[in-house]
Amino acid sequence: MRVVVLGAGIIGAACARELALAGCAVTVVDRGRPAAGTTAHGEGNVLVSDKGPGPELELAKLSRELWPAVLDGDPDAAGVEWDAKGGIVVATTAAGARALTEFAGGQRKAGVAAEDLDAAALAAAEPHLTRDFTKAVHYPEDAQVQPAGAATALLAAAVRAGAVVRTGCEVLGAVRRGGRVTGVRTSGGTIGGDAFVNAAGPWSGRVAMRLGARLGVRPRRGEVLVSAPMPPTVFHKVYDADYVGAVGSGAGELQASAVVESTRAGTILLGSSRRRAGFDDRIRPEVLSVIAAKALRLFPSLAGVPVMRAYGGFRPFVADHLPVIGADPHLDGLWHATGHEGAGIGLSTGTAAVLRDLMLGRAPAIDATPFRADRPAAQSEGEAP
Amino acid sequence: MSRRVVVVGAGPAGLCAAAGALRAGAEVTLLDAAEDPGGQIRAWPGFERLRDHVLGHPRCGWWPETSVWSIERAGAGAPRVHVLRGEIDAAGRDRHVLRPDALVLAPGAHDRVLPFPGWELPGVSTGGAAQAFVKGEGLALGDRTLIAGSGPFLLPVAASLLEAGSRVQAVLEANPAATVARGWTRRPWELASQTGKAAELAGYAALLARHRVPYRTGRAVIEARGDGRVEEAVTARLRPDWSVVPGTEQVAAVDALCVTHGFSPRLELPVAAGCRLRAGAFADVDADQRTTAPAVYAAGEITGIAGAPAARTEGLLAGWIAGGGPPDAPEAVAVRRRRDRARAFAARLAAAHPIGAAWPGWLRPGTIVCRCEDTTYGTLRSTAADDSAHAVKLATRAGLGPCQARICGPAVAELLPAGNPHHRPVAQPIRLGELAKPPVENPGRKESAR
Ligand SMILES: Cc1cc2nc3c(=O)[nH]c(=O)nc-3n(C[C@H](O)[C@H](O)[C@H](O)COP(=O)(O)OP(=O)(O)OC[C@H]3O[C@@H](n4cnc5c(N)ncnc54)[C@H](O)[C@@H]3O)c2cc1C
Ligand SMILES: Cc1cc2nc3c(=O)[nH]c(=O)nc-3n(C[C@H](O)[C@H](O)[C@H](O)COP(=O)(O)OP(=O)(O)OC[C@H]3O[C@@H](n4cnc5c(N)ncnc54)[C@H](O)[C@@H]3O)c2cc1C
Repeated sequence: MRVVVLGAGIIGAACARELALAGCAVTVVDRGRPAAGTTAHGEGNVLVSDKGPGPELELAKLSRELWPAVLDGDPDAAGVEWDAKGGIVVATTAAGARALTEFAGGQRKAGVAAEDLDAAALAAAEPHLTRDFTKAVHYPEDAQVQPAGAATALLAAAVRAGAVVRTGCEVLGAVRRGGRVTGVRTSGGTIGGDAFVNAAGPWSGRVAMRLGARLGVRPRRGEVLVSAPMPPTVFHKVYDADYVGAVGSGAGELQASAVVESTRAGTILLGSSRRRAGFDDRIRPEVLSVIAAKALRLFPSLAGVPVMRAYGGFRPFVADHLPVIGADPHLDGLWHATGHEGAGIGLSTGTAAVLRDLMLGRAPAIDATPFRADRPAAQSEGEAP
Repeated sequence: MSRRVVVVGAGPAGLCAAAGALRAGAEVTLLDAAEDPGGQIRAWPGFERLRDHVLGHPRCGWWPETSVWSIERAGAGAPRVHVLRGEIDAAGRDRHVLRPDALVLAPGAHDRVLPFPGWELPGVSTGGAAQAFVKGEGLALGDRTLIAGSGPFLLPVAASLLEAGSRVQAVLEANPAATVARGWTRRPWELASQTGKAAELAGYAALLARHRVPYRTGRAVIEARGDGRVEEAVTARLRPDWSVVPGTEQVAAVDALCVTHGFSPRLELPVAAGCRLRAGAFADVDADQRTTAPAVYAAGEITGIAGAPAARTEGLLAGWIAGGGPPDAPEAVAVRRRRDRARAFAARLAAAHPIGAAWPGWLRPGTIVCRCEDTTYGTLRSTAADDSAHAVKLATRAGLGPCQARICGPAVAELLPAGNPHHRPVAQPIRLGELAKPPVENPGRKESAR
């Protein structure tokens, strides 16, 4: 089977790898360079902690299980910077503590390791964290990668398995025969194939529209602050418990919840905001200010740490907060692997495995029906092309 | 009500922009990260008079020790200017937002140095840093100092070091004599109007001669060596494209090495303001110093490395127009003419001192290119193969250290297919505590901190 993957972000790279390893003749096209879209503008959390019981948690657990296997023996694994450092979720209010207690309880039932931490254990795990907390839960399975490094490693593995990468190649439209796509018209000429995977991240809605299909994927802006390099100060991935609330909400106004982690370079990443602003990429100082205030609630002692940089990206967002993995309901030959919002890095390995199985007519390791492209949220109005 | 003009940078360009805007009747807020106005250079005729006029003007607010950390484009008018006020080391600086009717950007340039093996050794410094050191400390830099690089700035650096008592062994200009001479002798009539500047350069030449410091062309430092500190400089003859002529290497014992390759404009503010760049290298301006961003003007080194006289005339014009002065006023016409002459002179200098494309030839795989992150040339090259500039940055972290690519950016951009190396939405480091506090809204009224 000749498969053309549209988009070389982490999702496209992971899908290309699985499909090429399964014997497909894979071509990956991207209008820019690999891993330069959303994948290079977010963070690299591979999380189970932020997901309540349900299909996304199942996908997260599958992905978490696959990551070490995918990286095992990979010559580019060093650049991926896999770090299974674990996450700690902290509530600072009574209401937050109640919500977190309930949330973690549900997760435990769904098979997630979630350990309550008392004050002494928390102080030992994160000495610089506020003592003013109401509840803390440790998730030992949480990990992180360096997203661009991970995507380039996955893509390199695809290429070793025979995939071809075409950069600077923008998808403009479809070549159809009957009700079927048989090729994509690109700025670099027409590329034929038996199947096409829309992995264009937040631009997936536009790409679908160009191909004559419909997909309700829209951008949701997020920003992250980067501190100057520091001696080790933050040892786990630390979130405030509002994180859970923000992920589940679709409101357009600004939301922020603290995600604090250190990178191998010694910098501390402080995230992140969520707001709907179309594809407007201007950084807003008031948004950065809110992120800083939230982070300081967890780590008051970081007040003197200089912020050196800020960056942001567009999370590929679907109204029901689930990714789209599966065949297009109306256009034969078109598949979607997109809409992962703020979790596409972590969910990439599982997504690729599920998509591969669906495309090859095998039974996926988890139930893939919740991710179907014909569900109403995935079929709602996308962004104008 | 008169127009409110914010001027960022109080160097020659910014100070003159403030004067121009005041003359046009505007209310001016002039701010600079430094404690005093003047920018990189204070020794120009009329500086003190202009400073006193501007700072003492009833319609001018002077905000020293004020850094612009972000420029926010919002709506159709001039962008908002987010600043931090107070000593850099002070525990908590105040955050303010200015909402001007027009914004003049004059943030200047910083030293540019091309990397070479060993450039990270103690004892190797940029021309600007060396000059600042000897001027600030009044101490000699070394007993056996070598000055190398390219451009007219080599000469004032040499002069400063000599005046402070350093012993300078030689000044090496990388371009061959023919290139330098061609730049200088083209269109000789342009020289006549810039006698001041030409005389300044002639004065430096005389000073070198008096101290018996040779000025050698077509030769560069291609390596610095030493155990924990620079002890030797390897120099070599260069072809016009700056490739090394094999077999011409010489080793000189030195205790200080001072290198400069001209200046890199500070483009993060114009880029944040949405200004288009000219050839990716300078803020693009029209005949009236207007950028492509609404109500944003640019003056000085960010529009082209043209020296202080050009910066002053650009500033005057930018300030005048930003302040609402008519473009066809006789003084504007005269200033435009002076600016064009100063720029023409600068263009000759640039032609006399180009950067040769073959300079990466003296790099080795182990040469550090990004000093903050210790990224080597070899790493950059191997990741550059099929990657995006941004992904390369993340993969190698070149340009992501504390200097945020201010030092290595131009070099990394040349070695790699780059995105926009000047995209730096946080223009100055800001502490988390400062950022977390809400800003003081300030409509740009007259208000002086002293
Ligand atoms: C601030 C922020 C923080 C985040 N933190 C995390 C986190 O901690 N953990 C996590 O798992 N996820 C996180 N994410 C989310 C994650 O970054 C995304 O879900 C993920 O990168 C999506 O990958 P993708 O491959 O779908 O999209 P992209 O990386 O955007 O790739 C899509 C590609 O398609 C290409 N393309 C678009 N249109 C066309 C066209 N017409 N023709 C050809 N090519 C085209 C683009 O050039 C791009 O390269 C974060 C996101 C943000 C913004
Ligand atoms: C190290 C050095 C030495 C030089 N020596 C000589 C010499 O000897 N002879 C000669 O003819 N020319 C010399 N020049 C060139 C001369 O200084 C310039 O031509 C001239 O200063 C340019 O004027 P300007 O106003 O554009 O910039 P500058 O003089 O550089 O002024 C820019 C001002 O903007 C401020 N600024 C920048 N960013 C921000 C921010 N984000 N927030 C707040 N303030 C900000 C800076 O603090 C600075 O004061 C030298 C240049 C340098 C860099």
